Amino acid sequence: MALDRIKAPLIKDAVDFDIQLKPYQHFTLDNGVEVYSYEGGAEEVMMMDLVFFAGNCYEEKNWVAAATNFLLKNGTHQKTAFELNDHFEFYGTYVNRTCYNETATINLHTLSKHFEALLPVVSELVTESNFSEEELKIYQQNQLQRLTLNLKKSDFIANRLIDEYLFGIAHPYGTYSTEASFKNLTRDDLVQFYDRFYKHGKAVVFMAGKFPKNMQSLMNKYIGALPLNQKALPSYEHPIISAATKKYSIVNDASSVQGSIRMARRFPNRHHPDFPGTQVLNNVLGGFFGSRLMRNIREDKGYTYGIHSYLQNHVQECAWMISTDAGKDVCGATIEEVYKEMAILRNEKMDEAELKLVKNYMLGALLGDLDGPFQIMNRWKTYLLNDLDIAYFNKTIETVRAIQPADLQALANQYLQPEDFYELVVY
Amino acid sequence: MVVGFKLIFVVLMIQFEKFQLANGLKVLVHQDTSTPMAVVNVLYNIGAKDENPAQTGFAHLFEHLMFGGSVNIPVYDEPLQRAGGENNAYTTNDLTNYYCQIPAENIETAFWLESDRMLSLAFSEKSLEVQRKVVCEEFKEHYINKPYGDAWHKMRALAYTNHPYRWMTIGAELSHVENAKIQDVKDFFFKFYRPNNAILVVTGNTTTEQVKTLAEKWFGPIPAGEAYERNLPMEPVQEKMRSLEVHADVPMDMLMMTWHMGGRFDAGYHETDLITEVLGGGASARLYEQLIKVKQLFSSIDCYHFGTVDPGLLVIEGKLVKGVSMAVAEQAVLEEVEKIKNELLPQKEVQKVINKTESIICFEDMSIMNCAHSLAFYELLGDAEMMNQELEKYQAITPERIQATANTIFQDRNRNTLYYYSKN
Repeated sequence: MALDRIKAPLIKDAVDFDIQLKPYQHFTLDNGVEVYSYEGGAEEVMMMDLVFFAGNCYEEKNWVAAATNFLLKNGTHQKTAFELNDHFEFYGTYVNRTCYNETATINLHTLSKHFEALLPVVSELVTESNFSEEELKIYQQNQLQRLTLNLKKSDFIANRLIDEYLFGIAHPYGTYSTEASFKNLTRDDLVQFYDRFYKHGKAVVFMAGKFPKNMQSLMNKYIGALPLNQKALPSYEHPIISAATKKYSIVNDASSVQGSIRMARRFPNRHHPDFPGTQVLNNVLGGFFGSRLMRNIREDKGYTYGIHSYLQNHVQECAWMISTDAGKDVCGATIEEVYKEMAILRNEKMDEAELKLVKNYMLGALLGDLDGPFQIMNRWKTYLLNDLDIAYFNKTIETVRAIQPADLQALANQYLQPEDFYELVVY
Repeated sequence: MVVGFKLIFVVLMIQFEKFQLANGLKVLVHQDTSTPMAVVNVLYNIGAKDENPAQTGFAHLFEHLMFGGSVNIPVYDEPLQRAGGENNAYTTNDLTNYYCQIPAENIETAFWLESDRMLSLAFSEKSLEVQRKVVCEEFKEHYINKPYGDAWHKMRALAYTNHPYRWMTIGAELSHVENAKIQDVKDFFFKFYRPNNAILVVTGNTTTEQVKTLAEKWFGPIPAGEAYERNLPMEPVQEKMRSLEVHADVPMDMLMMTWHMGGRFDAGYHETDLITEVLGGGASARLYEQLIKVKQLFSSIDCYHFGTVDPGLLVIEGKLVKGVSMAVAEQAVLEEVEKIKNELLPQKEVQKVINKTESIICFEDMSIMNCAHSLAFYELLGDAEMMNQELEKYQAITPERIQATANTIFQDRNRNTLYYYSKN
């Protein structure tokens, strides 16, 4: 019998997959620091995320949180920056640090057997970093140059400005660095921030992979003995002050051949009951390659290499963002098409087949995202830091499975109103 | 730390099975039952280096067209997404690679889709018209609308006089892509996208039996094409140092130097890889420590290579601290290069870069996606089993061998320099 290439093979609907988020293990160190872990995987590797509540929402001066986090690894009272890096790299280990809004992390990826040799030095970073004037000077100089370079890029400027319009320049989510932020940094700023938010700060730990047998006692010896979690965090209040004007067009480079387009509205955080359903609606709109924005604006019109929409990952309040770089002469047309797609979602019930495709795509992608110990722990980390639990995971899956075209149309009518959106083009 | 102290790594060998269909398609299977997913990866032995110099950018444009519908399936993405799958592709100077990740229970959907587009594309005029525009926007986004975006176009044209690595995968100029015709597309497809010019790799929760059945069923009936005899112009040995000055609207001066290095099959390839680690791999590497931290001449500096199949380029590129002269910066880089040539590396430093390389391999092997890419690539090189021999090759490298390789590569007559000046 000739092979029928027209008819698709039978599939199991991803909505019928049994998708589980496997539970984590948990223990508490002597100093009260919580450790969440997930053990598994075939390779002898592991990761550890040391999360400090040391994000930029705690800083009183612009960029202090980010600079402190960056320079953690640039020298301690015992070791130079070179010696620290040389030590980590000799073991083939990756030590990264990242500063976010609420938190800042030290992240370790290593072969499991070297964990014991590395942990004391990680611990040293938490209590002994010295923030030398020389290291600060080099940091300032190089960051200033990097900023000058980035300010030539329309996408960089667009990303900063859209956040400023949404949250206000004084808010941790809306603020950004300027020349002055780097120039005004002093060693004292960093030392004080470090002392309060790292050395005597509040931390929580996430670990995944294959652990050495004595992992818990090692953690207690090197992290559990630090003076962490002894002092309550200062409270802060960062009111969101959105811009009054909604539409912006900025020329950063007159010879630019493209415009960076950002369209965004404020959106509640993950605790809002509409969040899971809106994730589905977002996928329909611009969340994956088969989304309406991608099919229309890239695959039908060829205005752009890519167009995406997403819900920003924030604790306090999120934003719903549409982002693309389009040809200079078609930026106006691109924006028009985005509004057209919003209108279609508001005015027409989507057909069942398209919704089913989106549901299957989302659940299939989720199944892939939960594949492996690092991925499982990363998901838990997001939940725990956002004060969510397994009920949220289950509710999200249930929502994806059950949501109907009418529900999505209602959400579109509530959240995809053009007058709620900020609109920005940077050329 | 004891000098010469050697770490022993427990690296799992990647097990796989291999067979070939009558039409020449090579098939490799790596089973991993710990995952609910599978990856179906199709590598075509066609890269930008196989392009006609008057029609550059074609291999990459083609990658886009592969999503524009095939002879029996109007849209590639939808059925895959309906089956819970995701896909993507990439084009390099050496190859084009397509891959999808899909829940293992729906693996047949991937076979159906991939085999139909190997059988024949739909060759739609509309798809060609749209993708020409999309690729032009990609070109603008990455190479025109970015400061220093044209640096690599210029460097390739400077370093290569003959070999097709002379142009980038995106194409030498926009007009080549803009002028692409549907007949060109058809010719290209039937020349290169044939089963005997492809490698199928399946990894994840599957069995060799299942893959055999599905491969025979879906790929087996596709006729073989004429064998592609690759006969690329060779790059002559460079006899004299070359350089180019650029003055552009960028915020700071940039220095980019390249030296010709061996290809994947040449002796010294792994040594060269370690040399780039010694110079540029991380915050304890020599260029970072000496030129950013100690001498403070550069605000950023990297050393790398592209791992190309044919002889490639070792690259050092960095942005100068404002006020530092190009000559001083260049001299400082050359001093570091001379050190590697003249002084044997300490054993511990060599061990560090070997350890780092081993660690990278270990982490890469964790995902069935990377595993599929690697198996396909090493099979393209000649034998996927080489993937499992890489570690040994690195571990056998001595300071003496690194020094010898450094002396072969780092010669002035082998060097190309791009002085990229800020007009401001």
